[in-house]
Amino acid sequence: MANFSKSQVPQFSVEVYQNAFLPEGGREVNAIVTVTSTGGGTTGGIPLADAAPAYGAGQGPGAAVVLMVDCSGSMDYPPTKMRNARDATAAAIDTLREGTQFAVVAGTHVAKDVYPGNGRLAIADAQTKAQAKEALRKLSAGGGTAIGTWLRLADRLLNSADVAIRHGILLTDGRNEHESPEDLRAALDSCAGRFTCDARGVGTDWEVKEVTGVAAALLGTADIVADPSGLAADFTRMMENAMGKEVADVSLRLWTPVGVEIRFVKQVAPTVADLTARRTEANARAGDYPTGSWGDESRDYHVCVLVPEAGIGQEMLAARVSLILPDPSGAGTPQTLSQGLVRAVWTDDMVASTSINPQVAHYTGQAELAQVIQQGLDARKSGDFDGATAKLGRAVQLASASGNQDTAKLLSKVVDVVDAATGTVRLKAKVAEADEMTLETRSTKTVRVKK
Amino acid sequence: MKMSQSHQQPALSKCPGCDEPPAAGDLFCGACGYDLSAVPARPGDRPTMAITVPPAAPEAPAAPVASAGQAAPAASGAEAVRWPAATETDSSDVPAPVHRPSDLPGTDSGGRPLAEQEQVQGPGAAAGQGAPVGPGPEPVGGPEPSAVPVRHDDRAEPGGAEHSGDFALAAPDPRTAEHAAAAAAPTAGGKVCVACRSGRVDPDGYCENCGHAQPRERDHMEQELGSVAAVSDRGLRHHRNEDSFAVSSTALPDGSPAVVAIVCDGVSSASRPDEASAAAANAANESLLASLPRGTHPQQAMHEAIVAASEAVNALAQEPAGAMEHDAHRHQNAPACTLVGAVMAGELLIVGWVGDSRVYWVPEDRSRPTARLTEDDSWAAQMVAAGLMNEAEAYADERAHAITGWLGADAYELEPHTAAFKPDRPGLVVVCTDGLWNYAESAEEMAAAVPADAQEHPLRGAQVLVGHALDGGGHDNVTVALLPFAVRPQGAGSACETV
Repeated sequence: MANFSKSQVPQFSVEVYQNAFLPEGGREVNAIVTVTSTGGGTTGGIPLADAAPAYGAGQGPGAAVVLMVDCSGSMDYPPTKMRNARDATAAAIDTLREGTQFAVVAGTHVAKDVYPGNGRLAIADAQTKAQAKEALRKLSAGGGTAIGTWLRLADRLLNSADVAIRHGILLTDGRNEHESPEDLRAALDSCAGRFTCDARGVGTDWEVKEVTGVAAALLGTADIVADPSGLAADFTRMMENAMGKEVADVSLRLWTPVGVEIRFVKQVAPTVADLTARRTEANARAGDYPTGSWGDESRDYHVCVLVPEAGIGQEMLAARVSLILPDPSGAGTPQTLSQGLVRAVWTDDMVASTSINPQVAHYTGQAELAQVIQQGLDARKSGDFDGATAKLGRAVQLASASGNQDTAKLLSKVVDVVDAATGTVRLKAKVAEADEMTLETRSTKTVRVKK
Repeated sequence: MKMSQSHQQPALSKCPGCDEPPAAGDLFCGACGYDLSAVPARPGDRPTMAITVPPAAPEAPAAPVASAGQAAPAASGAEAVRWPAATETDSSDVPAPVHRPSDLPGTDSGGRPLAEQEQVQGPGAAAGQGAPVGPGPEPVGGPEPSAVPVRHDDRAEPGGAEHSGDFALAAPDPRTAEHAAAAAAPTAGGKVCVACRSGRVDPDGYCENCGHAQPRERDHMEQELGSVAAVSDRGLRHHRNEDSFAVSSTALPDGSPAVVAIVCDGVSSASRPDEASAAAANAANESLLASLPRGTHPQQAMHEAIVAASEAVNALAQEPAGAMEHDAHRHQNAPACTLVGAVMAGELLIVGWVGDSRVYWVPEDRSRPTARLTEDDSWAAQMVAAGLMNEAEAYADERAHAITGWLGADAYELEPHTAAFKPDRPGLVVVCTDGLWNYAESAEEMAAAVPADAQEHPLRGAQVLVGHALDGGGHDNVTVALLPFAVRPQGAGSACETV
């Protein structure tokens, strides 16, 4: 096994929150798994010069980033959009850590690597950063939009480098009109697991589901930048976040005993993302769910399994949740970073078996919140105003009860809240498109329960 | 057992001011206006060694009303959300995080201790004054009219313990596991699961094939030490054994032997009840082993042992709960357990207890009367002692097993009960948890369950008694210690006597 120096790898801890007690005949076991990565090789603000030697010789610098900028014709309407995109990309380049490999891709109905332009990545230093910004100045708008081609080029570029962290940043302002949804799907499938990608929509002419779909498939974040002037700050933040990543390709491994059925595995904080279908079988009893790359951060997962019935007084392990890192050499056994146990205990104590763990209750509500916002907005678009009112009313109720202030604020721009506690709302007659898109894009953001 | 600490209104059978019977629920006496919620406390605690002070008759027997635990207040688990530019509604109607009622620390409105039920007659009392052991020690001093913290025992109705599911485990017996391992252990190291018999057992104690928890060391424990033996079993309906015991023997300063048995029952609605019972049993045992050889009077030694056990359990409350697995609804409860102990020292038999674990006396000559030597700290016992219910009525009530005394940091005031007896004939001392006596409640039933040769073979006798509980349904953990009491040929007196 390769010598994977501990100092590079953040410390992962796994905590399990659950009520293990089931009534007679009970089968469903819910648990919230909180994963926190801290310390390890994080630079923690120390200048790169000190941090770089942490990477072993021959492994090269730790990270590679490709910036994908929409250069379709619509970016010129208004012309400030293109100018802001150029400025934002320049700001992101300034944020690059010295030694990071990077490239800039101009995206239209085809993809073109405008810097360095030789089908390879440049290594960030003062000179290459200046050259990249020079190249940005030459960008002009014209052509269509085929996001799949941008991602495929980014994939080729990123995988030409021998680095641990591969990340993309994608900016679009329009619908993916110049390729079929199947083409985009195929591109996402081929890129999934090879690099992570944050996606941003600028203005209001883009399709929320396309942008969130890219971010979900490539384990990144999605957001709207309705006002192009906010792009630079957003890009800087995204790049800082990418530079903070220390370890890539972490998987959540779920071991379950014979006869246990997995109902779902979801990330529930910081955003809701259903991972159930992303499982790859690791061995007969275990499967892996991708979580992408990690810096200093904490995420929560909701695991729900069905166990076989057992008699009162029985106890079993319902699932074992571990975080694993593939062997960097590509072969051999993966490294287990940390693990937690999900248990099931059958009891005739009704008080114990009927109580719901507060964490489980909270995140069940947050997941429903994201779902009803989506359903409410879909109903509104399709003209089903009664359905939309009911769903968005429920969303207001959930956001209010759980203290999700940000989502509550976004909801209040779409509906008039009559009574938040009961979820009584009226649809607003006029809703700014940006507000509706913001709500839809950010509907999956959750708040954490106080511990 | 589970507990709930409830607010209780003292219900009095008569007004302490004018002796008029008040109506139910009255806060003030209808006749004289006496504040019934503020019945004065009885004079302070009596030391165990105080001599022949029959406890004063209680002002009034109490009828502690086990009120339902108060509903959890709607705690605001989240900030109120402010809704800009809408109606005036500013919501903060937030679902409360789930609390079990027992998570709420109960308050003792009166703060008064429970009634003394100790046989506080010192060893210096004139011989012959002791009452013969009839149907158990007479409870002297009814429960005091005060707010009584209560823990409920969750004994389920006796009935067949059905096993369903694919991998039903019988009451786990370590020997089974060893057999299975021996039979099917081709792989190096690692035990084989007792449930599916195909998976190996991972370091966490679960089968790596079917996930079932494996028998733990504490699931079934046996110990025989010279003349004393004890057996403890998980039972059929609980997932772990929260009982614990300790047996030992030592010598008094004059060289005569002293035998000790301690049995503890963890309160399962508190956190880490298994640790509490183990800590209490060990601490009490150690304390007795230290004090008896020094010549401390055995009854005083028992009192000190219970205090030591209490401190050991209290200390657990300061330790953080188990590391990574969070069992939120049990966090607030300090570890707690009951304790019962018996010491045979010379011709004395000392018993001591807190809670509802018991000691029975079963004479070798079964034609002589048997007796229960302890008086439960329980709701039912208080009802019976106060004369408000007969035993059948009290034990049929769902509150019957609520215990009113325990060891633990959340116990209001520790009141160790001790009693000294001087048996005049050989017999068997049965020290047990409610997991056994639920299936042999009266002294006569217990005597019937004890095999005839238990005096000679205490370990086998203890095994038979545990079997009796399992046959009855094994709804709780079962622990029993047997101490055969031999009488040295010098005794006078006509009956088993208290001293």
